[in-house]
Amino acid sequence: MSCKDNLDKLLPGKSRTWTKFKDQDRVIVPAADLTETMRTLRDQCSMDMLVDVTGVDWLDYEGAKDRFEVVYCLLNVESGERLVVSVMLNEPDLEVDSMTSLYKSADWLEREVYDMFGITFKGHPNPKRLLLPELFAAFPLRKDYPVQGRGERHNFPVITRAES
Amino acid sequence: MPLQLTDVDVDDFGRKEGLWTLNFGPQHPATHTTLRLLLTVDGEEVVDAEPDIGFLHSGFEKLGEVLDFNQYVTIVDRMNYISPMANEIAWHHAVEKLLDIELTPRCKYIRTIFAELMRIHDHLLCIGACVLDLGGITSFMYASNEREKIFEICERATGQRFHTSYTRVGGLMFDLCDDAIKMIRDFLRDFDRNYRDIDRLVSRNRIFVERTQGIGKLSREEAISGGATGPVARASGVARDLRRDEPYLAYGDLDFDVICSTEGDCYARYIVRMLEIQESLKIIHQAVESLPSGPIFAEGTGKEFMPEKQEVYQSIEGLIHHFESIMPNRQMSPPRGSLYAATESPNGELGYDFVSDGNFRAYRARTRPPSLIHFSLFPQLIRGCMLSDVVAVLGSLNIIAAELDR
Repeated sequence: MSCKDNLDKLLPGKSRTWTKFKDQDRVIVPAADLTETMRTLRDQCSMDMLVDVTGVDWLDYEGAKDRFEVVYCLLNVESGERLVVSVMLNEPDLEVDSMTSLYKSADWLEREVYDMFGITFKGHPNPKRLLLPELFAAFPLRKDYPVQGRGERHNFPVITRAES
Repeated sequence: MPLQLTDVDVDDFGRKEGLWTLNFGPQHPATHTTLRLLLTVDGEEVVDAEPDIGFLHSGFEKLGEVLDFNQYVTIVDRMNYISPMANEIAWHHAVEKLLDIELTPRCKYIRTIFAELMRIHDHLLCIGACVLDLGGITSFMYASNEREKIFEICERATGQRFHTSYTRVGGLMFDLCDDAIKMIRDFLRDFDRNYRDIDRLVSRNRIFVERTQGIGKLSREEAISGGATGPVARASGVARDLRRDEPYLAYGDLDFDVICSTEGDCYARYIVRMLEIQESLKIIHQAVESLPSGPIFAEGTGKEFMPEKQEVYQSIEGLIHHFESIMPNRQMSPPRGSLYAATESPNGELGYDFVSDGNFRAYRARTRPPSLIHFSLFPQLIRGCMLSDVVAVLGSLNIIAAELDR
């Protein structure tokens, strides 16, 4: 039985949106149900590996209603079945539960999403930036952050030769 | 019983009683690239390690949102620069999945050959560098000799030794020439002798075995929960290989084994890589001998395919085709949607989480880098080991910082 039928049977009555694109099932769940859904998927549908966590900023996407999406790619190691679970978030409430208690791999991946999109993860053991320096003031993978031009340099103090 | 950090008294300045903090990197010969570890040591024993990464972050994913599907291939090349072509293949695998392009048999086989050459190349560097860090310089030289031959094949086939940018949407930059095929055959013929040299020098070398066996153990459960893939996971008993489980390119037609071990230590990861080289040789051998003839671009003259350079220069139709496939306002529109597509790169599952908004470039092109996930396992592998084991564990994970930071 596929994950889709299984999930609908195990957690009935919850609102979730299923989409299918190029033979891949994706499910969008409300942020409040994320932990419960992921726990059910891990414990009862044996989706035992969290392959990837990433974010998408839908700001410039034509017809998109929500601003941010956090995407969790799950894999059943035995059967090879994949499922993508995602959560939609809107400003100002950019917070979602951390999956670190369920999957160890979520640790760095969630830190990277925070680093690039500014989405915070509730209950993360080490909620720091991963790739960029702590002083960095922006979230560069947001669509309103320019690819080039006006940027982050003026946020850093300028030290002249005389002062150094 | 190793010391736990929670047992240690911390003074007003955050210093831990009796423990030393040791900076490993960012510039250290054994990191090979730029990454930093903050090690907390109790004498010779590592109590904790905190990786500090991001030194090579260059915003590749942001660039993926402005460059089109063919242009971005030059950037993905530079992610895992030890096996550049494997990145190109993974990237265009995702794009072709989005565009529903079925490759021609010849293109599939050529890509398979190069994917496996890259796997040999990557594994040779990993093995060579790991042994080099543990004090054996000779096998690194032997491995480099063979890597040089692979560079030469790449140079002959694509015009570039390193950052080949060889794949295109639905095809290749140009066909594989006969010279390159001959060089691949020569490589296959001579490789065995040099491989045996490395094998005899290292596999039963007492110093190497004692410094790697039982070090950096990763259990099957930890590997799955930690998201490990590729040789690292297979050394821990996770029998998963995308080449077999989700066949792409020509892997469905070719005969090879998936190498696994159950030990999960540094030595097991070394052995898995060594044996995978053998399997890769088997695959290349079969692919070269059954290389189909025919075109390298898929059927049709759609705007998503690049025309051949000869046509562009010598016919007006070719020039128009080139114009239509290059100019942003004339390019074809892919279907809108999100998808995840992955291939088995030498290091593990290299995936692209892809959002398309109907333009011929990605709205969001997320790379799932195996190095990042493997490096996040590092602290738990090194806890309780000796200081000198740091390089053994680091070497066995094959961390490529450019892919780690992107």
